[in-house]
Amino acid sequence: MSSRFRENVEEALFPPVVALLVALICGDLLIMSYGQSPATVYRLLLEGTWGNAYGFGQVLYKATTLTFTGLAVSLGIRAGLFNVGAESQLAAGGFLAALLGLGLSPRMPGILAVVLCLIAAMAGGAIVGAIPGWLKVKYGAHEVIVTIMLNFVVLALLNYIVAARLHVPETLHTPEIHNGGIPRLDSFIPAFHGSAANLTIIVALIAAALTWFYLFRMRRGYELRAVGMQPEAAEYGGVSVGATWMRAMILSGAIAGLGGVNYVLGYKSYYEEGFAGGSGFLGIAVALVGRNHPVGVVLAALFFATLSQGGLAIHAFVPKQMVEVLQGVVILAVAMSVPEVRAALRRARKPVAA
Amino acid sequence: MNPISFITQMIRIAVPYLFAASGGVIAERSGIISLGLEGYMLTGAFGATLGAHYTGSAWIGVLCGMLGALIFGLLHAVASIRYRADQVVTGIAINLLAIGVTRFFLKLAFASSSNSPRIAGFGGDPVWHGFDNPLLWLGLLIIPVLAFLMYRTPYGLRVRAVGEHPDAAASLGIKTSLVQYVAVAISGILAGLGGVFLALDQHQFTDQMTAGRGFIAVAAVIFGRWDPVRAALACFLFAAAETLQIQLQGNQLIPSQFIEMIPYLLTIIALAGVVGRAVPPAALGKAAE
Repeated sequence: MSSRFRENVEEALFPPVVALLVALICGDLLIMSYGQSPATVYRLLLEGTWGNAYGFGQVLYKATTLTFTGLAVSLGIRAGLFNVGAESQLAAGGFLAALLGLGLSPRMPGILAVVLCLIAAMAGGAIVGAIPGWLKVKYGAHEVIVTIMLNFVVLALLNYIVAARLHVPETLHTPEIHNGGIPRLDSFIPAFHGSAANLTIIVALIAAALTWFYLFRMRRGYELRAVGMQPEAAEYGGVSVGATWMRAMILSGAIAGLGGVNYVLGYKSYYEEGFAGGSGFLGIAVALVGRNHPVGVVLAALFFATLSQGGLAIHAFVPKQMVEVLQGVVILAVAMSVPEVRAALRRARKPVAA
Repeated sequence: MNPISFITQMIRIAVPYLFAASGGVIAERSGIISLGLEGYMLTGAFGATLGAHYTGSAWIGVLCGMLGALIFGLLHAVASIRYRADQVVTGIAINLLAIGVTRFFLKLAFASSSNSPRIAGFGGDPVWHGFDNPLLWLGLLIIPVLAFLMYRTPYGLRVRAVGEHPDAAASLGIKTSLVQYVAVAISGILAGLGGVFLALDQHQFTDQMTAGRGFIAVAAVIFGRWDPVRAALACFLFAAAETLQIQLQGNQLIPSQFIEMIPYLLTIIALAGVVGRAVPPAALGKAAE
C-alpha cells in the first residue's frame, strides 16, 4: 500500500470519524434532555434499523435514493461545480418516469418498459441539470444560486402539471403507472415483507460503479477532475472547461433523476407531489461525508439512511426529530474538519527543515 | 381590488423579507455566503415563541428570538471563518439544523409536532391591519439604517473592503475576520427578526413556518445586486406578486404556482445578466488563508 494512498485514506476518513463523535455527544445531550438513557436509545436505533429485516429493508430503500443524489452531487463537486439542484432533478426524473409509465402499454415486456422509464428519468434530471450548466458556461451565472432557485421553479411547475392535469381526485399523486414497475425485494426474500426496498438498489450500485469507472478510468472523467482542480490549467492543457462543465451538470442531473425511480417505479407506482422530501439536499451531506468517492457515497448513504430510519425506531422514547438535528451536526462537523485535517496532514507531510 | 388593502397586505408580507434580505446583504458584502437565512428566521421565530410563552411578554420574545438566531449566525461564522468550511455547505447545514432543532424542542417544550400554543404577540386589532405591530415599522426602518451603515460609516466601508479585496483590507490593518464575525452576527439577528415578526404576528410557532421565505430573501439579495435599497425594492416586488396571488384567489387566470415562481425566475434571469448583470462581491465565499 503506497504511502500516498494511505494519506488519501487518512484525509478522507478523519472528518467523518470526528463528525460521528461530535454527533454522538450531541445525541447524548438531546437524549438526556428528554430524560432517557443514551445507551438504551442508541441500542433501539440499531435494533430498529440493522437488527430486523423490515428495518434493514427500509434502510436499504432510503440509502438507494441517497446513493443517487450523493453520486450526483459528488460528480458535480469533482468538476468544481456545486449542484444544489439534486432535489428538483430527482423530482423531474421521477415525474418523467411516471409519465412514460402511464403511457406505456401493459402488454409491453416489463424489462423493456423499465429500461425506457429509467431513460426517461435520466432525461428528466439531465434537462433540469443542463439549465444551470448552460447558464454558467454561457453567461457565468453561479450554479449554486441558479440550482437553488431552479429547485423552486421546477417543483412549482411539476406541482402545477400534476394538480391541473394528472392527479387522482382528492390526492396529490398521479394515477398508477401501467407498466415499468420495478419489483420489491420482498418478492424474492419474504423476510423484507412490507419494506419499500426494491431492485432499484441494483441500479444504484451499478450507477456507483459506472461513476467510479467514468471518473477514474476514462479520459472524460480525468478531464472532469482536472477541470475541478484547476480550470485554467485544464484549459491550457487543451480541455474545454465549458464543455466539461456542461457534461458534468447533465450527468449529475441524470444520476439524480434516476434516483426518482426508486419511489416512483419501485415503491408507490405513481408520482406524488413532494416525494423527493429533502433527499436531494441530503445528497449534499452524503457526498460530503462520502468524500466525493463513489464507495464513500454508498457508505454515507447507508449511514444517513440508518439515521433517518432510526429516528422512527426511537420515536417512542425520544422524538424522531433528534436525528434531523444529528444530520445537521454531522454535516457541519465534516465541513468544519475537512480544511483542518487537510492542513494538519500537509504540515505533518512537510519534511522537517534541517 | 382595493388598493389600500393591497398595499397594507403587501407591506406585511414584505417585512420578513426585508429583515432577512438586510441580513443577507451585510453578510454577503463582507464576503460570507448567506444561504442560512431560512434557518436564522426559523430559530428566530422559535426563540420568540419560547420567550413569549414562558414570560408572557412579546418584547422578551423579541430578545429571545434575536438570541436564538444570533447563536445560529455565530455557528455559521465560526464554521466559515475560523474553520474555513465550505460556506454553501455550512449554510445548508444551518437550515437543516434549524428545522431539526426547532422540531425537537417544539416536541420537548410543547409536546407537539406541529405548533405551539397561542403566545403573546403584537398587533391583532383588525382596524390597524397589522400596522400596530412595532416590528413592522422596525422592518421598514431597517432599510435606511442599513444603507447608512453600509455607505456612511467606517464599519460599512470595512465590510465592503473585506468583501471585495480582503488582502488589501488586511494590509491596511483591518481585522478582516472580526469584520466578518460582526457582519454575520448582525445578519443572524436581522434575519432572526424576520422570523420573530412571523411568530409574534401569528401569535404562535408552527413547524417550518418560514416556508422558504429565507430563500426568497436570498433571491432578493441577488436580484437587488447586494445593495440594501435595491434588495428592499426586490422584497417589495416579490411581496407584491404574492399579494396579487392571494387577492386573485379563485380567479384562475394565472395558476398560483406560476406566481410562486416569479422571485426565483427573476433571480435566475438577473444572474444570467439578461437585464443588467448581477455581479457578486469579488471575494464572496473565498475563505481567507
